[in-house]
Amino acid sequence: MKVSYRQEGRTLTVALQGELDHHAAQGVLRGIEAAVDTRLPLRCVLDMGGVDFMDSSGLAIVLGTYRRLRELGGSLALARVPNQARRVLSAAHLDRFVSIEGGGT
Amino acid sequence: MRRPVNEIKLRFPSRSANEGFARAAVACFAAQLDPTLDELGDIKTAVSEAVTNCIVHAYPDCLGDIRMRVRIFPDGCLEIVVSDRGCGITDVEQARQPMFTTGGTERAGMGFCIMESFMDTLRVRSRPGVGTTVTMSRRLRARLSANAAPGGPSD
Ligand SMILES: Nc1ncnc2c1ncn2[C@@H]1O[C@H](COP(=O)(O)OP(=O)(O)O)[C@@H](O)[C@H]1O
Ligand SMILES: [Mg+2]
Repeated sequence: MKVSYRQEGRTLTVALQGELDHHAAQGVLRGIEAAVDTRLPLRCVLDMGGVDFMDSSGLAIVLGTYRRLRELGGSLALARVPNQARRVLSAAHLDRFVSIEGGGT
Repeated sequence: MRRPVNEIKLRFPSRSANEGFARAAVACFAAQLDPTLDELGDIKTAVSEAVTNCIVHAYPDCLGDIRMRVRIFPDGCLEIVVSDRGCGITDVEQARQPMFTTGGTERAGMGFCIMESFMDTLRVRSRPGVGTTVTMSRRLRARLSANAAPGGPSD
């Protein structure tokens, strides 16, 4: 799992690449939380365009990031969510409170 | 008893690198049912959840054995059994509740819910100190009726 950060103003974009399972995602949430804590974005976008597979380990990352942003008064959006990940998000009803932008595949 | 038309058995240690192996192996085996991409994605996700639970929860601080059996039935039903001989679950009903986790912030507590919503059936049998067996099935009906059902040993 590759994680890269890009900041424009108070918007932090976190691009995730690879398979978002327990094996690959260990420590990813802590990394995102640390980046959020130091950069203090008002808006964070998780760019999921490169996520080949996601299970509930990915849900924990989305939820954890959402909570951290909310504590700091910011908001979270997901972008370019592939179809498989979208099915996991909606099975968990996460799509009801995290906004999902744009189309996926 | 219904007879399966095909069957595989896998046994591997609870290393997290095997999560990807397990779902890829099941996806390859299920390919003979000509599933849609969505169906294949759902099955891979359910397998990933069951196997991850063995790795994270059943054997929290040691390596243990994970066994899988995958069977295909003549009606196009794919059955997946994942079992461990780990710590077991004291209260299965509670464990199956959405958001329930004993795993801290890196877990969402949504594994059983995902298995339940992506598969047609889910059965969890567990005994503390003995282990856990998760049995789930999904019927891949639409495509199979369009093609011939898998038949004899040589097809
Ligand atoms: N194979 C298993 N062995 C022991 N405990 C398990 C097993 N599978 C699940 N559990 C228990 O059930 C809980 C819920 O599992 P699940 O819905 O997959 O959520 P998560 O894995 O995110 O905790 C786990 O936190 C754990 O306590
Ligand atoms: Mg789980």
